[in-house]
Amino acid sequence: MQLPILSILVFFPVLGAVLLGFLNRKDHRLLKQVTLGISLAEFVFSLPLWFRFDSQTAAMQFVERYNWLPQYGISYYVGIDGFSLLLIMLSTFLTPICVLATWTDINHRVKEFMICLLTLMAGMLGVFVALDLFLFYVFWEVMLIPMYLLIGIWGNPARRVYAAIKFFLFTMFGSVLMLVAILVLYFYAGKATGTYTFDLLKLYGLNIPFQMQFWMFLAFGLAFAIKVPMFPFHTWLPDAHTEAPTVGSVILAAVLLKMGTYGFLRFNMPLFPQAAHYFVPLFSILAVIGIVYGALVSMVQKDLKRLVAFSSVSHLGFVMLGLFTFNAPGVQGGIIQMINHGLSTGALFLIVGMIYERRHTRMIADFGGLSTPMPIYATIFMIVTLSSIGLPGLNGFVGEFLILLGAFKTNMTYATIAATGVIFAACYMLWMFQRVMFGEVTNEKNKDLQDLSCREIAIFVPLLLFIVWIGVYPSTFLNKTKATTDNFVALMEKAKATKVSLFHGDKGDAR
Amino acid sequence: MTLTIPTFNLESIGPWITLSIFAIAILLADALSPKGNRAAAPILALAGLAVAGIQTASLWGKTGTDFARMVYVDNFSFFFYLVFILGTGLTVLISLQYLKDYGKNLAEYYALLLFATVGMMLMAAGSHLIMIFLGLEVMSIAVYVLAGLFREDARSNEAALKYLILGAFASAFLLFGMAMLYGAAGGTLFLNDLPAKLAGGFKPLTLLAIALLIVGFGFKVASVPFHMWTPDVYEGAPTSVTAFMAVGVKAAAFAAFARVFFLAFPALQPDWTMVLWVVAVATMTLGNIVAIAQTNIKRMLAYSSIAHAGYLLVAIIAANQLGVVSLMYYLLAYTLMNLGAFGVVILIGRQKDSYLSIYDYAGLGAQHPVLAASMALFMFALAGIPPTAGFVGKFYVFSAAVQAGYIWLAIIGVMNSVVSVYYYLRITVLMYMKPAEADLGPVSFAPAVTATLALTALGIMLIGVFPGFIYNLAMNSVKVFPGL
Repeated sequence: MQLPILSILVFFPVLGAVLLGFLNRKDHRLLKQVTLGISLAEFVFSLPLWFRFDSQTAAMQFVERYNWLPQYGISYYVGIDGFSLLLIMLSTFLTPICVLATWTDINHRVKEFMICLLTLMAGMLGVFVALDLFLFYVFWEVMLIPMYLLIGIWGNPARRVYAAIKFFLFTMFGSVLMLVAILVLYFYAGKATGTYTFDLLKLYGLNIPFQMQFWMFLAFGLAFAIKVPMFPFHTWLPDAHTEAPTVGSVILAAVLLKMGTYGFLRFNMPLFPQAAHYFVPLFSILAVIGIVYGALVSMVQKDLKRLVAFSSVSHLGFVMLGLFTFNAPGVQGGIIQMINHGLSTGALFLIVGMIYERRHTRMIADFGGLSTPMPIYATIFMIVTLSSIGLPGLNGFVGEFLILLGAFKTNMTYATIAATGVIFAACYMLWMFQRVMFGEVTNEKNKDLQDLSCREIAIFVPLLLFIVWIGVYPSTFLNKTKATTDNFVALMEKAKATKVSLFHGDKGDAR
Repeated sequence: MTLTIPTFNLESIGPWITLSIFAIAILLADALSPKGNRAAAPILALAGLAVAGIQTASLWGKTGTDFARMVYVDNFSFFFYLVFILGTGLTVLISLQYLKDYGKNLAEYYALLLFATVGMMLMAAGSHLIMIFLGLEVMSIAVYVLAGLFREDARSNEAALKYLILGAFASAFLLFGMAMLYGAAGGTLFLNDLPAKLAGGFKPLTLLAIALLIVGFGFKVASVPFHMWTPDVYEGAPTSVTAFMAVGVKAAAFAAFARVFFLAFPALQPDWTMVLWVVAVATMTLGNIVAIAQTNIKRMLAYSSIAHAGYLLVAIIAANQLGVVSLMYYLLAYTLMNLGAFGVVILIGRQKDSYLSIYDYAGLGAQHPVLAASMALFMFALAGIPPTAGFVGKFYVFSAAVQAGYIWLAIIGVMNSVVSVYYYLRITVLMYMKPAEADLGPVSFAPAVTATLALTALGIMLIGVFPGFIYNLAMNSVKVFPGL
């Protein structure tokens, strides 16, 4: 019998959190070491997924299925395909890095912090592996609580509560509408096919009348669009990012936002394909607006962290644009861009966090000429900045190139406007970099800043490794998603072909 | 003229008899024992509840009626018996220390709790409207007295008086409705006979009767616009009694509500669902929105209980099997999470309820992490966040509504739960994210209350993660409503 790897991945952090509960709360070092051990073990557990994943098939792999509430058609049903594989690897890869980043950053209520972090991890992985709508919804909501606590307890004292509540209410608002849509879908499918089930794969390919698809797409879409976040639902993001502790921002940017894009890919589009085609213009336009708007707003930020936060809006706009092309390069680019954003923006938040730890300010105006006292820091910062801009040879380029390639195939206008986002990105990132790192040291306090410690360098080494790897040889990663993407594209193509008949059928049925 | 006594089986009302006997025993023991020694009362009460619980369990699966068709013997009643027993048992546990602090650890208190429980059982099992009315009164009178337990406290007096006067009004409405129904149905009040008799009756009279019944039940479940008494009574009554009212009285009223409306008026469903739709929406919305403005934790929980009544009404409006299942599951979950929350309120409120403001919870997370964590769990459960029982309850309720085609009602319901998140979260914000305004001082963890918190927290998680068992029990019980 195969080992239930996915269940181990989801529940091992929970066990770890319980274990932490029994440790002495005064011994911060031990707590951090144990958490690091747990997260490293988790990463090791996830490696077999990568190596034993069969990239030739689009079918779900490592599937586990147990009855949960069979009377209701609810089962504990998990499995992964190419889309979820990369995101799971990203999550398990980033968690040890995050734990390492808390070493000196988090000094009060360490125990609770680590428990929250591990619970959050379980929730994130749960979202990515769930193939049952009920199970998915449970994980989706469960993950809210630890994130809310992370922002609210360990965030910036001034506005953390506001940001935490805003985050919670925004996300909850979207997801409860999704819950209603899930129920509508469940009962519709039950009536249509005779079996009441929350099994996602059985719900794919259901012939849903267009009007229902329309509303359900919007309900699911709102939940995911808030999470992504797409313009104009992004307003919670700058607050949450700015107020959250460094590690909170890293996880929020690197993994939580991906749940939104992943949700579109896994739920919205395959479940309601005709509506998805119908909504391409709307979502593409919103994505393009997000790209340009995020970039422009980033340009005028005074606070480093807020700048990075708004740049996320722009980057995620690219992802959404790619996904809504429904062709192979666009979708693959979207997925690889999700990973890229996780690595680059995660790294940027860590960089900002480290300077904040030293200077207790994040205002760009307070810095200048940092490259003199901190050469290693400057080098790493430079590489990450370039990766975020999309310099060829680094990861950002691959994602953005593929997305634009896909977008040009479908709609020249969107692609052209989106391409300007790349230029804007270069503007705001490089300008920021210049103001912070280059020139004379203008502020006395910056004169003798400590350069990065070994621990801090160790945090960046794996990140930089993958930033370069994806940039130079993306095939390693693209291959894993190829079969899944092809299958997805074919499914959307097929749906497009049947679109007309559905419209007719729909019109015919109407009174 | 010969007088025939119908055959009956005492076993079918075993739990009632047990609880009544134990209640009387408590009073006698109190009268006979030396003054000041009241340790026996709570133990007797718990023993009585345990025996009644065992009896109920052994009755499980029986069907039919007894006592000249006056009493239903079915799983629907038994499920509610168990909910009442659980609610009362937990109330006893959270009362002990609290009453001692007030010097009010009276034997009468426990006897009244048991009598009220008997009343609730009557309501859940009554197959004749007069039985239901009797149950309602047995329960209500006991609760009126309980609300005024702290004689010297003006607020407690106010609560009792308000509840008594308004409750009497509501009872009158209910009784008046029954009288109308008696006329409309041509002289019967048996729930089973009503649909057939009403079919040929004078419809406006029936509708009037239904309206009056809605007023009567609406008062007891605290639905808008009959909710006015709730915040004041909940605030003024002793906290343990408030907990009892919030869970027991509400559950009993809903059991009777569902039974009467599903059995007696299935044909008139379009008429009463329309009214209840409006009432449910108003109840949820008002409860949740006004709760946001509360700074007294008991008042906040009062408004939250109004909001929950709104969700439960959704289950009744759905009027399908799932609706009844969700009603039963939700009431069980609500009993657990609300009693847990009130347990924390009692622990924090110590020294004669001097700490009832929500700001007294500031900094609790740092000073008493476990207590704060359990309160957070209760709050998240009340807000309906998975994987707690509160979520599953809401999930059932709203699926019932969607199944019945009330999609807008479901949307309004879930929107309301987003609103409710705000004030439930505020407690966690205060506990974890604000520094203590003043040192809270030591909290004396009375063993019984601590046990209640552990039990309820465990229960919430258990039936939240594994809802199947309760679902099956409830599904087993809805067979008594053939029309659904």
